[in-house]
Amino acid sequence: MKYFSLIWASLFRRKTRTILTLLSIIVAFMLFGLLQAVNQAFNGGADSADADRLITNSRYSIIDMLPVAYQRQIESVPGVKAVAFASWFGGSYQDKPAQFAVFPVVPDEYLKIAPELQVSPQTLAAWKADRTGAVVGEALAKRMHWKVGDKVPLQADIWPQKDGSLTWTFDIVGTFHNTKDKANGDSALLFRYDYFDEARQYGQGTIGWFLVKIDDRRHAGSVGKAIDALFANSDHETKTQTEQVFAQGFAKQFGDIALIVSAILGAVFFAILVLTGNTMSQALRERIPELGILKTLGFSNRAVWWLVLLESLLLAILGAVLGLLLAVFAIGAMKSMLTGFGITEVGWRVVAEGLFFACLLGLLVGFAPALQAMRLKIVDALKA
Amino acid sequence: MDALVSLVSIRNLVKTYQRGPEKIEVLHGIDLDIPRGDFVCLMGPSGSGKTTLLNLIGGLDSPTSGQIDFDGKRIDQMSSSKLTQWRANHIGFIFQSYNLLPMLSALKNVELPLLLTKLTAAQRRHNAEIALQLVGLKDRIKHKPSELSGGQQQRVAIARAIVSDPQLLVCDEPTGDLDRKSADEILSLLTQLNQEHGKSIIMVTHDPKAAEYAKRIVRLDKGTLVAASA
Ligand SMILES: Nc1ncnc2c1ncn2[C@@H]1O[C@H](COP(=O)(O)OP(=O)(O)O)[C@@H](O)[C@H]1O
Ligand SMILES: [Mg+2]
Repeated sequence: MKYFSLIWASLFRRKTRTILTLLSIIVAFMLFGLLQAVNQAFNGGADSADADRLITNSRYSIIDMLPVAYQRQIESVPGVKAVAFASWFGGSYQDKPAQFAVFPVVPDEYLKIAPELQVSPQTLAAWKADRTGAVVGEALAKRMHWKVGDKVPLQADIWPQKDGSLTWTFDIVGTFHNTKDKANGDSALLFRYDYFDEARQYGQGTIGWFLVKIDDRRHAGSVGKAIDALFANSDHETKTQTEQVFAQGFAKQFGDIALIVSAILGAVFFAILVLTGNTMSQALRERIPELGILKTLGFSNRAVWWLVLLESLLLAILGAVLGLLLAVFAIGAMKSMLTGFGITEVGWRVVAEGLFFACLLGLLVGFAPALQAMRLKIVDALKA
Repeated sequence: MDALVSLVSIRNLVKTYQRGPEKIEVLHGIDLDIPRGDFVCLMGPSGSGKTTLLNLIGGLDSPTSGQIDFDGKRIDQMSSSKLTQWRANHIGFIFQSYNLLPMLSALKNVELPLLLTKLTAAQRRHNAEIALQLVGLKDRIKHKPSELSGGQQQRVAIARAIVSDPQLLVCDEPTGDLDRKSADEILSLLTQLNQEHGKSIIMVTHDPKAAEYAKRIVRLDKGTLVAASA
């Protein structure tokens, strides 16, 4: 594009001012990238949640346990295809609270209901052959440098063993790949419920929550009600929700992250709009004779309109690209610190959104000066 | 003079400016012919309408009434976009304050009018270099305007004016900001362009010495041509 060098040169006509404006755009878009990555991590669970999977947990508190015997009863509810269960193990690893989820599950049942967790047949066979075996998400294995055959000791905080020991040692038998949730699911450790139930000091025959696969997502409401009705007025009443609603409720515990992020970004965007708008209109005012010359030389009104608009777009997009790159690098650099929170990357969606906002910024900021430039009369412009 | 041999032929040209509610007639019915190959000097007191007349001849503005023929074509009735194209093809402009783009090198400034043509980047550069060579600035092509003297900047402006090979050069006080020596160099250059390259020139100046370089002088006073001298 032969006009590029002209547009580029015009943009950096006042180097200091342009660089300062560019820096603030860069910072704004870096903030955008970082905050959206956080936002996405918190809502990622909800996005990847299955609408035809329900979660049944204790009605009054998600830490109350439910009888494992409920499984057969839930299976008998019309519309239910399969039921599996899991529990919260918690625990610490190397003297720090585990930065990953640890669940005891029944391998076949759990994997059947969660097909997004992909385990090779060999791994599954090895797991079923090893009572103290565990499978871990690929990301977790990589982060912890765990290999098949490693023994991983976890310190229990809720679940001591019968002999009073707090140390549970698991054999890593393999990894699983989560096809859906890059942010969180890859970071779980799953071990066998039969081992858990037999070895734990108390709580035998109880579990944390049921995962219920249903025939048709449109019946989620009625199936959920039917399940909860089964256990109404029992010692362990239940609450059944779609996984999506459950995940949203979970994220809401941290406050409405999405709302806070939008508010901050809205304010930043507005500030940048005013700042960049000011830069562009100032730049235009200084340049009126030059625009007059371009027209004198034969540049049409429309060409001048494009030159000014493209300059503003270039500024916004340049700032956005650099800012988003910085966000990508920043998250990459802090990855080991952040994955515990489910923040692993600035996703493509965030980058695309960022670029969209950059174009919007460029157009909004460039529109008025471009119009002004287009309407400029040569004789007046040359006199300025 | 016959309109057929004239490059520019002006008949009963009137220009009125609107300033607020007031209308001010600046040119009151000008008749003027500029033959091909002419080098005409336009003189007159400040505010007499010289720039206004030049702008009309160069197609930077349109007259209120009257007729301007350029090379047998009426330009007073052209649409603004037609006029823009026409200007790019036929007129080279040279101003008192050079009007170079400060962020571009001499070479890029001279290339500007060629961006509007179909020439390739290499051809544009080649033509711009030739124009700069012609004005004696081959060794300054990478310099920004701020790194050049006034006389050198005006020579870059002349190179820009001739790079697309126009028939007429329209010069509004081209030596107004220059010292005597630089002014003489610029005027010699214009004379050379007129005599060796066949460019027709109309030039406004206040400087009687500058006027001596022209083939003839026309005088404007309060919007009317008063006398012509050969
Ligand atoms: N765009 C304009 N609007 C209103 N009045 C103008 C405009 N341009 C020039 N004039 C007036 O027209 C007259 C002639 O101006 P000009 O052609 O620039 O004179 P000169 O170049 O001979 O000094 C002046 O009185 C000037 O104030
Ligand atoms: Mg003037």
